[in-house]
Amino acid sequence: MKIGWIDGKGIEAPYKVAITGIGVVSSAGIGKDAFWNGILKPESLGDKLIHDFDPAHFMNVKEARRADRYNQLGLAAAQLAMDDAGPLDVDPAMAGVWMGTGVGGLTSLESQIIVCHERGPDRVTPFLVPMMMANSNAATISMRFGFTNTCQTTATACAAGTHAIENAAREIASGRATVMLTGGAEVSTTKTAQAGFANMTASTPTGISRPFDINRDGFLMAEGAGVVVLEELNHALARNAHIYALITGVGSNADAHHITAPAPHGVGAASCMELALLDAGLSPSDIAHINAHGTSTPLNDRGEAEAIAKVFGIPSPPVTSLKGALGHTLGAAGAIEAVAVCLTFENNVIPITANTKVVDPEINIDVVINETRPLGPGAIISNSFGFGGHNGCIIFERFE
Amino acid sequence: MDDAKTFEQFKECAVKVLGVSPDKVVMEANFAEDLEADSLDIVELVMELEDSFSIKVEESELENVNTVGAAYELVKGKLA
Repeated sequence: MKIGWIDGKGIEAPYKVAITGIGVVSSAGIGKDAFWNGILKPESLGDKLIHDFDPAHFMNVKEARRADRYNQLGLAAAQLAMDDAGPLDVDPAMAGVWMGTGVGGLTSLESQIIVCHERGPDRVTPFLVPMMMANSNAATISMRFGFTNTCQTTATACAAGTHAIENAAREIASGRATVMLTGGAEVSTTKTAQAGFANMTASTPTGISRPFDINRDGFLMAEGAGVVVLEELNHALARNAHIYALITGVGSNADAHHITAPAPHGVGAASCMELALLDAGLSPSDIAHINAHGTSTPLNDRGEAEAIAKVFGIPSPPVTSLKGALGHTLGAAGAIEAVAVCLTFENNVIPITANTKVVDPEINIDVVINETRPLGPGAIISNSFGFGGHNGCIIFERFE
Repeated sequence: MDDAKTFEQFKECAVKVLGVSPDKVVMEANFAEDLEADSLDIVELVMELEDSFSIKVEESELENVNTVGAAYELVKGKLA
């Protein structure tokens, strides 16, 4: 990873970034084992809401009442990641939080708007602001664990989870923090938001997410959260932590093109993948697997496939989109996918793109469908692209 | 409405809003110290009580209301 660039030459960051804990709350499962089993299923139909989440497992009654559902999911994922990481033995002043979300506490906002209009302003809960604000999840997590280093939120729509992890990784790589809890959380499945996505024809009218498929017709709105514990490598080694992977490169750029449509031919996405490769000091042939954004919208999947073909050539490294199994969790997606990348290394297995039966003939990248594949040697790149033209790519490598 | 029944109703509101166990909602309980309720909790509790008892409590009336007993007396005074 580079700490910066001078005259086009990268300055190597002084510290390496290890992932030492993972936590996930998703429709495919809560916790890493249930989640992994869930995303390996070839078909994943039905809604992508989390029906078996009980906040009481992660917080007391009062905490739950004060937290929007997105915050509850994010806090739960953070707790799972912290439990997974084991005792961190870190100075709280060197431990921070960086979360991502598309919109924050939309459920609370929408319900209180109804209260305000139907019952009057004096019936609006005094907790509305702390429940709806997009930084509430990061704040809640910092309070739970007493982390007093930087605590921030990135809101770049569907790239938020990836960008949050990138920003957190930079904090560690530059030596500003030793530990960062980072990821994304999203519950934007309110009636109004669903209508907004449907009316812009972004979401699937048939209710099936099938990325890169000839019959794909939009993304399936989902809820979820993913959090990883990032730790400075030497600190992790000193406490004998389990290291899932290293983050060795990050890329972030903007299409500067359109508020919802990706740039034609995925040129922004391609540049972003190249930036991440450059940051990691890797060439395209070093990539063993691509964890795609793959939303199941006609435009994203075509543009992303073009971008992958441009950067990696044909045949491309094997590509999977987990949004077949998970639907689209928007600002949580990149973070949940980061957890999946860790488990992909852990199991040496590339999960399939669930529900995809026939890859669109206009898409000529190597999409993993029907059966999982063994993971070859090399790095994994994970892509996220958000409305607004926000692109984010992270490169993960095994620690050996 | 008899006193015991009114207090039971008051207690239900407090338990629901403050997330405390019913046995903690006693007359001498201090909101901040015994029930871990901050100012926002009190606002929400008052809203719950207003709905439950169909009463109206002004913000100025909440000054010096620090205990369950004081809040209960305030509510009871409005039911007469």
